[in-house]
Amino acid sequence: MEGILEKLSEIVGADFVSNAAEERFIYSRDQGVQPPHAPDYVVLPNTTEEVSALIRLANKNKIPVVPMGGALVLSGLTIPQRGGIVLDMKRMNRILEVNEMSHYVVVEAGASQGMLKAYLEKHHPQLKHSIPDAPPVATIGGNIAIHGSGHLSQSEGGFHSEMVTGLEVVLATGEVLKLGSCSTVPKWFSRAPLPDLVGLFLGWNGTTGVITKIGLKLFPSPKMKDIMMFMTEDVDTVPDILFRIIGTEMAEDMAFFVSPQPAYFDGFQIIMISVVANSVKEMKMRRELICDSVRDYLERKEAGFLPLPPHMKVKLMEAPQKNLSEFADTVRGGGFEYVGAIMPVECIPQAYRKGREITEQLGITYSMGARVIGRGHAVMFYYAYPFNRADAKNMETVAKALEESNEAALEMGGIPWKAEISGQQLILGRMEPGTYKLMTEVRKLLDPNGIMNPGNWEVRS
Amino acid sequence: MSTLQFNPALCEKCNTVDCIMKCQYIDMDVETAKREQMKLLRGEKSEILTRCVTCYACEEYCPFHNHPFYHIVERQEALDVHPVPRPIEKSQVVMMAPKGRIEEKAVAAPVINLCYFPMLKGSIRGSIYEGASVIMGSDIFCNLMFLHFARNSTIRERLPKMMENIMHYYLKPGGVEEIICYHDECYGTYTSWAPAFGIDVPFRPVHLFDFLHRRLTELKSGITPLNLKVAYQRPCSNRLCPETEHFVDDIFALIGVERLERTYDHGQALCCGGVMEAQQLFDLAAENQEKNVNDMKASGATHAVFNCPFCFFTLMGRVSDKGMTPILMSDLCRMALGEQ
Repeated sequence: MEGILEKLSEIVGADFVSNAAEERFIYSRDQGVQPPHAPDYVVLPNTTEEVSALIRLANKNKIPVVPMGGALVLSGLTIPQRGGIVLDMKRMNRILEVNEMSHYVVVEAGASQGMLKAYLEKHHPQLKHSIPDAPPVATIGGNIAIHGSGHLSQSEGGFHSEMVTGLEVVLATGEVLKLGSCSTVPKWFSRAPLPDLVGLFLGWNGTTGVITKIGLKLFPSPKMKDIMMFMTEDVDTVPDILFRIIGTEMAEDMAFFVSPQPAYFDGFQIIMISVVANSVKEMKMRRELICDSVRDYLERKEAGFLPLPPHMKVKLMEAPQKNLSEFADTVRGGGFEYVGAIMPVECIPQAYRKGREITEQLGITYSMGARVIGRGHAVMFYYAYPFNRADAKNMETVAKALEESNEAALEMGGIPWKAEISGQQLILGRMEPGTYKLMTEVRKLLDPNGIMNPGNWEVRS
Repeated sequence: MSTLQFNPALCEKCNTVDCIMKCQYIDMDVETAKREQMKLLRGEKSEILTRCVTCYACEEYCPFHNHPFYHIVERQEALDVHPVPRPIEKSQVVMMAPKGRIEEKAVAAPVINLCYFPMLKGSIRGSIYEGASVIMGSDIFCNLMFLHFARNSTIRERLPKMMENIMHYYLKPGGVEEIICYHDECYGTYTSWAPAFGIDVPFRPVHLFDFLHRRLTELKSGITPLNLKVAYQRPCSNRLCPETEHFVDDIFALIGVERLERTYDHGQALCCGGVMEAQQLFDLAAENQEKNVNDMKASGATHAVFNCPFCFFTLMGRVSDKGMTPILMSDLCRMALGEQ
């Protein structure tokens, strides 16, 4: 389009806009199996005002806009299906305010998980945020937008999107809005008691606007941390074990995993339990109550806590965990698919068996697991499949595994998480028509020209 | 398959039942102890099988050297008694299995067998170990830890191959006849468990402390007395080779270290609790850990000296929390030679 590059340059500066082939190539894909599609422009704004100006320009010229955070979603949500502008938010990475007393932080959407963690550790060591097990370059904005979860999702209220206290967003018209308490008073403490408009921008894959600032809950950071590893070989007992330990209210984080590697974990189900405390006495009590909750399993020698040497504990207590990122490269070749499904806790055995069935049928390796969300109202169950990008057959097989996993998740009563376009179609195919109609109308209202990440959350004709 | 050389007649005529009466974890009168002992001899289920914390001590307590502990392990396995939860047991069997990654190496004496503790490789340095070859890993691992899992069968199955590997891949090519066992567990395997099961050991095992004592004597002129007061944590596997215990005092005398009197030392040594954690006996493990560390502190020690790496890792945090320095014997000796 005539003159667009120049106009974009006027808004953000020539150094932060590009239509070079190599940039377009990089931004045309992610690490997953979704087919690439190149943007026409890549733009890195520095301020909300710049985002607003960019969106006005795009809206006027009906140019698609795809907001992007760390580009780690793996399911192609930042691949511009219809070209246009990829709005890389990583320059907007400022930490604007920490309100210690009211336990919240205000950040720009491109601030990374690693930055916020480091900042809090240095300046506010008594507070922490819930960090996902993604690489630390994952952004706060991207993660809340996809309903991410992390180390405090079990104990502190659920998905990271539920920890949002307010948003600043830019609509498809370029209008800048504040949502939550910050819309009415100069504080970002809560979404209540106002009508909750924040949800209009969470889980929508960037189809309703661009998130530019976020108010996010912070939580106490106790001085002591410990980790317990519970091992069983009967997957049917996993929901019961989780239920019991959740019931003690003593665990900060709980995650279940299975993996054929290392071989000594193959065939076993492992539950990691993080425990925090402010004193030795408190830690002892917490650990004891957790042990007591599963005492009969221990006495029957059916399952138990694996003793962990100190060096292993240190590794297991790191947040984010590196093991999944390490697993991502086990077959080499730079490909990784990570299918998540949000589902009820009782679905774990079925999800596990289905995952084994799919991987055995397709002859691929896997890692599976689940993080407990919000004291057990749900789990984020994941199937992780590494693949070799240079091996077309391998990619095809993993794409098939992804598709089958999504179908299985829906079949057993879960919903694929951060689903790729075809997964979205599966979800929409089962959605109540009235719900989808409302979604479409809301979207039309917020984005009359349909420029925001088109192709997502749309029923294919 | 090798068979435990255990003589029931010796137990039958035993009136003191020291194996049970001296046990720090099972409290019984002598009549009950005798009754339970007889149940074991008849191959019946006895509460000894489920209450045993596998501390090895009865091997030392038996005046007839009749291997009561190995017999308990035999009976546990035969009667499907699992001291450790089954998934953990199975996982450990896989984890510690030989990986077949061994390669021939012409070693030179002294050959230090570091068991399966690669993280301790850094300890094998300095003048004490000058010219030493280090061997370790799953393909030469003694597997004696499976005594804690009621799996004599795993040791029986793996040990001959492990010894063959040591000979074939290391000692024969190097023309060496002895190995220095860093861990009491390996030394106990070759000098106690293997003979008890009628398995020949094709090399000469040397206890680390014997070696350290020898080397320190040779390097005596370089020793600066440390003038430390220490508590020594005797490991469970030293119960299999009590004849080596005097080396602790001999070494301490050479390096100017005083072994303080403790309640839980020598014959009264108390398990570090690590194995009890695997057995899910968390209260007992915590109690033992507290007793050990409080006892060390009460003795006036500034340093807690370990030989067993497992005890070291289990107790090091608690020892530090009490203001003492946890240290391995080998490192203490290097310290006396002015080496970091």
